[in-house]
Amino acid sequence: MSDNKAALSAFRKEVAAWMGENVPADPGFLLPLTFLEVGTEQQLDFLREWQHKLWSAGYLGMHWPSEYGGQGTDPAYQYIVDKELGKHNAPIIFNTIGLNWVGPLLLDMGTDEEKAKYVKNILSGEEIWCQGFSEPDHGSDLGAVQTRAVRDGDDYVVNGSKIWTTLGNYADHMILLARTNTNTERKYDGLSFFLSPMKIEGVEAHPIRKVTGEYGFNQTFFTDARIPASCLMGEEGGGWTVAMKTLEYERGVTAGQASGHWGVTIQIDDMIDELAQLEHDGEPLLSDPVVRDDLVSFVMEAKALSLSGRRMAIPALNSDYPMGLALSVKYRGTEYERRMKQYTASKQGAQSALYVGDANAVRGGFWQRAYFSNFGATIGGGTTQVQANIVAEHVLGLPK
Amino acid sequence: MSVIQNVSIGLSEEQAMLLDVARGFVRDQAPIEVVRSHLETETGYDAAIWQSMVEMGWAGIALPDTVGGAGMGVGSAVPVFEALGSGLLGTPLLSTTLAGQLIWRAAGESAADWLGRLCGGSVATVALLDQADWGAANLGVALNADGTLSGAKHYVSDAGVADIFVAVANEGGAPVLAIVERDALSEAAIAPNTLIDLTKRAANVDFSGVVPAQVLRGESVASALRDTLLLGALFTAAETAGAADKCLRSITEYLKTRKQFGKLIGSYQALKHPTVDIYVGMENARSFVYHGATVVGDEALSVDAEVACRMAKVSADDVMVYAGDRSVQFHGGFGFTWECDSTLFIRRAQWAQQMYGGALHHRKRLASLLLDNR
Repeated sequence: MSDNKAALSAFRKEVAAWMGENVPADPGFLLPLTFLEVGTEQQLDFLREWQHKLWSAGYLGMHWPSEYGGQGTDPAYQYIVDKELGKHNAPIIFNTIGLNWVGPLLLDMGTDEEKAKYVKNILSGEEIWCQGFSEPDHGSDLGAVQTRAVRDGDDYVVNGSKIWTTLGNYADHMILLARTNTNTERKYDGLSFFLSPMKIEGVEAHPIRKVTGEYGFNQTFFTDARIPASCLMGEEGGGWTVAMKTLEYERGVTAGQASGHWGVTIQIDDMIDELAQLEHDGEPLLSDPVVRDDLVSFVMEAKALSLSGRRMAIPALNSDYPMGLALSVKYRGTEYERRMKQYTASKQGAQSALYVGDANAVRGGFWQRAYFSNFGATIGGGTTQVQANIVAEHVLGLPK
Repeated sequence: MSVIQNVSIGLSEEQAMLLDVARGFVRDQAPIEVVRSHLETETGYDAAIWQSMVEMGWAGIALPDTVGGAGMGVGSAVPVFEALGSGLLGTPLLSTTLAGQLIWRAAGESAADWLGRLCGGSVATVALLDQADWGAANLGVALNADGTLSGAKHYVSDAGVADIFVAVANEGGAPVLAIVERDALSEAAIAPNTLIDLTKRAANVDFSGVVPAQVLRGESVASALRDTLLLGALFTAAETAGAADKCLRSITEYLKTRKQFGKLIGSYQALKHPTVDIYVGMENARSFVYHGATVVGDEALSVDAEVACRMAKVSADDVMVYAGDRSVQFHGGFGFTWECDSTLFIRRAQWAQQMYGGALHHRKRLASLLLDNR
């Protein structure tokens, strides 16, 4: 065993021991399955405290520079922490937009001042971030953003509305894509990128209820909101480039995220364990030949995803479509999970019809809720259909 | 233990180089026009190309160096078959490689003479099927007390050009391997099949009255046979994954150049999205194939290896059938013609999907492997 391997192995043991003692017990109220579903103050306080505890122990943003609250380690250490969080069924690390998109973006493209001002508070959970990209009339077509930011002295005056603002009602800051110029030849060139405060006059976040019955999304309204011109990130009119970089972090195409534990991890084994408890026609469900054949497909999909993760690290096995595996991960992974959860939710006989809140629901309605919740993954960050276009155009070279 | 089990993928530097070399060879020596020129010839391939492959050591690519092989491990055949598939290049390499595995696994170095001949370019093939069922015992040919064989084998790959046949036979209820040389068979004993894939050849072979040159017996025969069938599935999957990539490239090329209603047809999502699914399926098949190449070895195959071979075959078959089918459809009227390479792809898909067992065969066994020992 090499020194590095030995160090990582020792670290894994250390983290596992810490988790054993510090992962909070079930609080007795419903916790969100993903960061997209933090809907009550009670959940927020609980998750903020948990994130702070993890960071204080030195286990969050480990590969980020120590001057900004990280540990300056190799990313392998954070990967181990994330794995252990999953294994210990730990509550999610909820400040995901800050941890996984804004933080890496600032470390990559931000000024020293911006890094010093924001990064550490993202890790500690002190400041919550949200994202203002999508608008009510422009979901997938980001270039068409209509929210206006007009320069007025030392401020920009913002008017318009953003939607699907996850954590918007709790957030301190928003990464805001707004139009500063309506007269450009290309629509993209009129966009600017702001690190915008949320708790100011003229900004209101209205919670939106979801198909799960829970909250977490908001519609955010800007009414003559004045944000300091110093909040502009990059150049005025240079917002598209910054936004595209943000999406690379969001989609996991580029690494640097502080924690992958943004949702409850559901593995193929959880699915099979659940189905193994169920019966059909008075026999164990897993003895049904149709179910068995379906499960072969699910296991193969899960295994293919793991294998392609391994393959990405071997350039000789990716030489002909160099970015192909990375660019198709979201397309494949999120759809596989949606179907896997729907399948499990639908094999419970009459209990399939029960939902969270019913005492007889299988595992408290976990699978039904997880299935609905999963649409956040197949729609957010570019829908499956947009992902297919991306693979078609950027990997296969097909025309727009 | 997770049902996902082993997900290792490793490729030695030698194997990575081999993949490059093999792809280059196929691109240079066997462009599609060359393949097409042999579609309706008797052997189906160019003898000079086969000779070059033998000279590069590919006839013994999966065999240990102690018997004249390349000594790079059995998984090293995978890059070669992927490359052959990517050119739809036939040749008797698959048959010869599997016959070599069957002999090696049953008899080891005691069969060095036979294996040396294979490595030197003698074409060999496994005569397995009594009828159509890859999952049957296939012990219909008997080895009689007087040392003669009786009965016939069906769908024997490359039988028309084989120098050496390894026939699976029944001796008092146990499987044995009867090694038969071509000159022991009469002309009439070999009756060619009309295959759906014109880059491939097979025949029915009647072994009645023939005395084998050697019979391999013993406990190792059954496991050698089982492992050879799994490797057949893996190597066919590698070839099929290569063919699926070739088919995908043919589709994308057409979608980038063909205009209808004033637009390149590749801009229509009804064509674009299924093409992405072909791409994703092809990459999955390749991942399984490379994983398979990593976990198979010269020793008896492990459960991980068995799972890998079966998943590789299912995955490659699925994507190739879809790709070949969509290739004809997406090329429109032209796709329906003999001139269009879609013809070759859809025919390869239908051939490959039954070789060494189809999806039904492997999925049934995977269900047991994955679900019954948890």
